[in-house]
Amino acid sequence: MKIVVGLGSCGIAAGAQKVYDEIKNQLKARGVDNKIEPVGCNGMCYLEPIVEFIHEDGKKHTYTKVTTSAIEEILDGIFQGQPCEKHLIDAKQGDKLYKQNRIALKNCGVINPENINEYIENKGYEAIKKCVKELTPIQVIEEIKTSNIRGRGGAGFPTWFKWNVAMKNKEDQKYIICNADEGDPGAFMDRSILEGDPHAVIEGMMIAGYAIGAQEGVIYVRAEYPLAIVRLQKAIDQARELNLLGVNIFNSSFKFDLKIKAGAGAFVCGEETALIASVEGERGMPRIKPPFPAEKGLWQKPTNINNVETLANIPWIINEGGKAFADIGMANSQGTKVFALTGKIKDGGLVEVPMGTSIREVIYDIGGGIRDDKECKAVQLGGPSGGCVPKELLDTLVDYEAITKTGAIMGSGGMVVMDDTTCMVDMAKFFLDFTCKESCGKCIHCRLGTKRMLEILDRITDGKGQPGDIELLEDLGNGIKEGSLCGLGQTAPNPVLSTIKYFRNEYEKHIVDKTCPAKQCKALLTYEVIQEKCIKCGLCFRNCSVKAIARDENKTYTVQHEDCIKCGVCVDVCPVGAVSVN
Amino acid sequence: MSCCRENDDKIDRIVKKFANKPGSTISILQEIQELYNYLPKDVLAKVAEKTNINPAKIYGVATFYKQFRLNPIGKYLILLCQGTACHVNGSKKIEAGIYEELKIKDGETTEDGIFTLNNVACLGCCSLSPVMMINDETFGNLTTERLVEIINEIKAKELKTEVVKSEESRQVV
Repeated sequence: MKIVVGLGSCGIAAGAQKVYDEIKNQLKARGVDNKIEPVGCNGMCYLEPIVEFIHEDGKKHTYTKVTTSAIEEILDGIFQGQPCEKHLIDAKQGDKLYKQNRIALKNCGVINPENINEYIENKGYEAIKKCVKELTPIQVIEEIKTSNIRGRGGAGFPTWFKWNVAMKNKEDQKYIICNADEGDPGAFMDRSILEGDPHAVIEGMMIAGYAIGAQEGVIYVRAEYPLAIVRLQKAIDQARELNLLGVNIFNSSFKFDLKIKAGAGAFVCGEETALIASVEGERGMPRIKPPFPAEKGLWQKPTNINNVETLANIPWIINEGGKAFADIGMANSQGTKVFALTGKIKDGGLVEVPMGTSIREVIYDIGGGIRDDKECKAVQLGGPSGGCVPKELLDTLVDYEAITKTGAIMGSGGMVVMDDTTCMVDMAKFFLDFTCKESCGKCIHCRLGTKRMLEILDRITDGKGQPGDIELLEDLGNGIKEGSLCGLGQTAPNPVLSTIKYFRNEYEKHIVDKTCPAKQCKALLTYEVIQEKCIKCGLCFRNCSVKAIARDENKTYTVQHEDCIKCGVCVDVCPVGAVSVN
Repeated sequence: MSCCRENDDKIDRIVKKFANKPGSTISILQEIQELYNYLPKDVLAKVAEKTNINPAKIYGVATFYKQFRLNPIGKYLILLCQGTACHVNGSKKIEAGIYEELKIKDGETTEDGIFTLNNVACLGCCSLSPVMMINDETFGNLTTERLVEIINEIKAKELKTEVVKSEESRQVV
């Protein structure tokens, strides 16, 4: 029997490391030498820590939300052949994994990422072997063309096209860069793949290297992902040991090696030319294209940059054939897409679904619906470069063109679900605040334009909005999109423009009526004690940090509006819901 | 400059390690920061001298990237996630709670030098939002109550080491 524990960053944050150590201790105390191994996150982050017992006959017992105190009982059950029900996974939850179609995530949560042999046992490094032994670079690119895979990092550019340009370049020295600078707040699929299946990314890079004729690769990873960096380094070392990296790979003339470069925290470095500048040790500022990196990239040499998720799909495409990949999905969006499902969702985590699945299916069938069974208000797709899809459009299919039509973008796959407690103006402000801080400052439109837009949004949420503000935002937004050099500026106004498009009414309420329908913008709220409901317990009075709640001789409590700082503590502490927010 | 002299060898070693690798400015600064916990200005000048990289360029890189800091930080660095999911699920409340408990805002350090608060864009643990990281440990599904508990635990631990230290020094006397 093998025991595996999900030790991705999310699992560890939920306490999985302690669970892992405790199981190890107890196995030792019981004198049994069962194999216990760490695996990455299987996507069901909301159930972490997850422990799986895999029996010789392939039967599996999965325990979720495991605490250290429950381990004894669980182990007792397993060893006595009567698995205890406590913490055992709900069959409905287990079924959800089967609704998905896993290609990029197929090994995540299944294999031990720190052991190359487990990857090899799962068809690992067979694809690159096939390329080196049986296919010419042109045939490899042809296979990728058949699959029609498009870049999963955001822009959705056909992968084969980029490879083809770099392949045709006659320079001797070429580079492959893996863009693992996942900066979108709300997206974490790249982290999960790097932590759960680093070899798939390495193999993807090797195939890309073979196809374009590059012998060197760089993985540019966010410094905020220390675990991913550790596991990648281990994977690289192990691959070198088995001569899968280095020279004479598979006893052929193919040579390839790669190194990790840790980023230093700049969102703009997700942009190709900025990323290259950063790898060269400069400030990560984008430059004008052309020349494209495929012509002049790292150190002025032809360079191919692909995102983590794209690369993780490549070995599968070579193993199963481009056509098998193209058969999944629809129209001009083939294969699967990983989404990071977060926000007001019941079962948040990572899901991988075939293109052509509707957003509604992702949220309700896999994500379990909205928290507290509330109604969905909107879904934010594509992070700061994306936009909001209102609930009326939830039947939109996951397809590059269909999503773009709504004003959002596929982006890297962040899917933030919102209910009626999310203020759309505040949401737009949140993203703009992010892009404004992250602008590299090169283009005036982006540097100053986002700042001015943010000031207007600040004013609106502060209750000082003026007639004409919405039009001004639209005007500025369109100007910034036109006047910026790179994707950051060109897309920064999207969250504002798309929320205006679908929730103009909410902006108007803030500006004209000075109210916030979602009750989030503090300056626009007033707190009141509902006397009929009040049980006179005095909790609000005692917890108010600024003494803004008055008590008279009849123990009647009232909010003194001039002193109130609108912190909301009175609402939180009231046991009977007798404080209203308007 | 005393700190600089103490670590002179180490700085030399870092610079030497990257001597033949072009484009290593960021990697050098990352290692320097690991050594000092921040980037002291005099050390930056020294790095410029030893690497022959223009000081303005080094300063430019050090101020461009968010990972680098030019001021020392407290013993416990709180990285409060302000990603989308955390924002939607109430990271502002956690930030207010930290202010309530420690009286520090983003980028500030407590007077006793124990805690520093830094807001970060995303820690990639969105499904456990709101999330914060203190040194290397991540805490998910935060509530104000849980936050207070965590901070109090650290405070108690610090107090204990304080007591042990003062007892030790008394014994020495």
